[in-house]
Amino acid sequence: MYKLAKFNIDDTIVGISSPTGGSIAIVRISGSDAIPILSKIFSHKGEYESHRIYYGWIFENAQKIDEVLVSVMLAPRTFTRQDVVEINCHGGTVAVQKILALVLVNGARLAEAGEFTKRAFLAGRIDLSQAEAVMDIIGAKSELSHKSALSQLSGNLSILMDNCANDLLNALARIEMAIDYPDHEEAEIVASDVRDVLCSILKQVDKLLATASGGKLIREGIKTAIIGQPNVGKSSLLNAMLGQERAIVTHIAGTTRDVLRETIQLGDIFLIIADTAGIRETDDIVEKEGVVRSAKEAEEADLVLLVLDGSQPLDEDFVVQQSFKNLIVVINKSDLPQQALVDGIDAPMVRISAQNGDGIDELTAKIKEVFAINNLQYSQEIVTNVRHINLLNAAKEYLNAAVSAINTGMFIDLVAIDIQDAYAAIGEITGVVVDEELIDRIFSEFCLGK
Amino acid sequence: MKKTLENTPNLQIVQAEVVDISVGAAIGRPHVEGVITASGTFYPCNAVIIATGTYLNARCIWGEVSVNSGPSGLLASTKLRNSLEKLGIAMYRFKTGTPARIHASGVDFSQMVEQKGDENIVPFSFENTTEVIVREQISCYLTHTNEDTHDIIRANIHRSPMYSGEIDGTGTRYCPSIEDKVVRFSEKTSHQVFIEPEGENTGELYISGMSTSLPEDVQIAMYRSVKGLENTHIMRFGYAIEYDCIDATQLDATLEFKAISGLYSAGQFNGSSGYEEAAAQGLIAGINAAAKLLDKPPLIIDRSEAYIGVMIDDLVTKSTKEPYRMMTSRAEYRLLLRQDNADLRLTPRSRGYLIDDERYQRLLHKQSLIDGEVKRVRKLTIAPSNATNELLRKHSSTEIEYGFKMADLIKRPELSYEILEKLDENRPNLPKDVAEQVNISLKYEGYIAKQMFQVEQFKKLEKRLLSSDIDYNDVGNLRTEARQKLAAIRPANIGQASRISGVSPADISNLLVYLEKRKHS
Repeated sequence: MYKLAKFNIDDTIVGISSPTGGSIAIVRISGSDAIPILSKIFSHKGEYESHRIYYGWIFENAQKIDEVLVSVMLAPRTFTRQDVVEINCHGGTVAVQKILALVLVNGARLAEAGEFTKRAFLAGRIDLSQAEAVMDIIGAKSELSHKSALSQLSGNLSILMDNCANDLLNALARIEMAIDYPDHEEAEIVASDVRDVLCSILKQVDKLLATASGGKLIREGIKTAIIGQPNVGKSSLLNAMLGQERAIVTHIAGTTRDVLRETIQLGDIFLIIADTAGIRETDDIVEKEGVVRSAKEAEEADLVLLVLDGSQPLDEDFVVQQSFKNLIVVINKSDLPQQALVDGIDAPMVRISAQNGDGIDELTAKIKEVFAINNLQYSQEIVTNVRHINLLNAAKEYLNAAVSAINTGMFIDLVAIDIQDAYAAIGEITGVVVDEELIDRIFSEFCLGK
Repeated sequence: MKKTLENTPNLQIVQAEVVDISVGAAIGRPHVEGVITASGTFYPCNAVIIATGTYLNARCIWGEVSVNSGPSGLLASTKLRNSLEKLGIAMYRFKTGTPARIHASGVDFSQMVEQKGDENIVPFSFENTTEVIVREQISCYLTHTNEDTHDIIRANIHRSPMYSGEIDGTGTRYCPSIEDKVVRFSEKTSHQVFIEPEGENTGELYISGMSTSLPEDVQIAMYRSVKGLENTHIMRFGYAIEYDCIDATQLDATLEFKAISGLYSAGQFNGSSGYEEAAAQGLIAGINAAAKLLDKPPLIIDRSEAYIGVMIDDLVTKSTKEPYRMMTSRAEYRLLLRQDNADLRLTPRSRGYLIDDERYQRLLHKQSLIDGEVKRVRKLTIAPSNATNELLRKHSSTEIEYGFKMADLIKRPELSYEILEKLDENRPNLPKDVAEQVNISLKYEGYIAKQMFQVEQFKKLEKRLLSSDIDYNDVGNLRTEARQKLAAIRPANIGQASRISGVSPADISNLLVYLEKRKHS
């Protein structure tokens, strides 16, 4: 009954463009049939003016489905440069799903992931890096991540990369001058000037790349495992963190394994806590298998929180066994008399009371310290996109090759080959350099988008 | 050359001024039917190559004198332009210049630096070997202009037709006249001047670097101010020459007019400057005109194959607003476009057009010698013997302590395939040009591989063809300038489209999207 979701830019598509779980949801339609479809299901009769909001009811046959506000934007001054309709309806699955189904039945097809953005790109409305930023905003979980994506959307990364690309072009021009007019340009001076330029670009690339790992954690959240012996307070820690800042909690069934995950917001960072059910289980019932399972989670995690009971003597043998990267020792029950001797533990440590919420802020600060996220500021450019990171790494490799070739006294003309490659890599970030696979890649990336 | 031409089978030579090109349009695209000479004779033909050099409506200017004439007093072609304009061909007017010719008897060579010819004569054709060319080399001489020269020029600059507004043709920035150099690079107190013999059997000398269109009295004073030329006697004065040429974006990469089948053009008429540039175009236009008549596929050399490809692509893609010079830097893949491998690159391409099977077999043989030797050397390990380290020491190269690949030693900047011969007992006796290729392909293999990869990327865009029936009004979201340029130039593929100035990467994305959509619809 629905059209198959095969790519065709002229289809009218529909999607839910708001996050699930909110009190308001937005059903967005784009394409030439957007208005005719709306007319069939919306109480407003008559013409629609562009960029106006209409109040009314969505009907299925004669039955009222929901009371809504509908934004109508007519082509071409829209995100996709097609007619766009946004139905702002009440959140909650029933109404939204009903409206979505109505739109589908009336001739639209379900949008693929990122398809609105793809259309905007194809319509020349946004450039490649802006398109990617939109995808990042959609996928953004934390505030810092959102701001980074917004900054990229406004073109800051493009500007930075354009400057680097320009510097490289100028360096190439210098080299070519030296080739065409050997009388005018001393090859050695050119080589040393070019090396200075390359080194300065390398610094900028390095600076950007340094944000990449933090950037990824910011964008995707920090995979965290909470481990510890039974009854040390793992589940109370979980609850204490959940209580913090009235965190958004989502329940997503893991894709690869059937474990439950929760995303917890701590200040401006996100923790993705795997196997929360397991944590509660092992605290409730003394079960060895549960401990083994959480240890396995810990090995795959970005961050391990080892919870100890400060009011009990330390089980040193157990602590010694816990050798994970990015381990933070959380000494719980700071509200009780302390018995554990923890001076010998060589790891970042925080004392908390999961019971009354003391020390959670310190834990947040400690996590940021461990990941050097403190150094990432909103204003700074952060690379979070995998394609960008790969291209920057490639550029870095080419730049290093060029610099070392200059150092070994290689002909400047050969060095130019590395510089051309570096230019191409950086140019591809902003789309200044056309890659033949550009369109295919964008299509596939967007289709697979989160 | 004349002798060769006169003795070429199937070639009939007629010398006359062509005044009209006859084009028929009975069916399909207009096509050439023949040419009419000044005397009214009609020569029917299916292909015509226009190669008017600087003769079309030529005008020579020096000082206050202006003569409607071709170079060196030869007749100009004056009527053809009308015919071309009637065919709808857009014309430009360019200018170039030449220095005076002087007599050797008044030149004091002892005041100049002798510039000897190459010690190893590298023949132009790979069919000849160095040993075949045994002839006496005639030296050139280097001298310089000085402040006196520049003062004379500055004092008389108002009498230069370039500055008095007498000339409106566009000159090339790359080989300016001496008065241009003095005005534009006023901070330089001296410019190089090469004194070059015009030939073996003449005392006439060419003053390279001092082309001029100043009046004769100024030319005498100016040349005589140069060291060694104090008593020089001018045989022919320098002059500037204006001539008609075309915007070569009207041609496709075979040098055929897109609008007129069978009409080709080459050389300065296409807006280029220089002998080699002209000769290379003549070659390609000639091959393609003949190929068309013989129903063979056209020969198109791309940018990764030869400088010829770079030049022709530039000419037919970018509207050149001044005489086009083939600068090294215009080529992207310079490392591959070396003169030492021109035969390896291009002989296979001319198979079926110019070369016979025997020549092709010779090339294959050479290639197999190179490949075989490279393969052998790659496997070779050099022991860290005394003899080895002695040789390395001799060439200031780091000594080795354990077995080392010969190929890796060759890569060291201070060493080469030739130098390491002594460490290579089983080395076959190979011709010099083969040994040179072995050395280069091992020494620079890293960079060669990188460049080959760049070429692969380049070819991907070249292979995305744009059919000639595309209506660029149908392509969504193109900017107006890009739409106009694409419609006018009608690039053959996405690669060429991306090189058109005024077509941005965003436009190319939209073109790619258009092609994708077209494929699916």
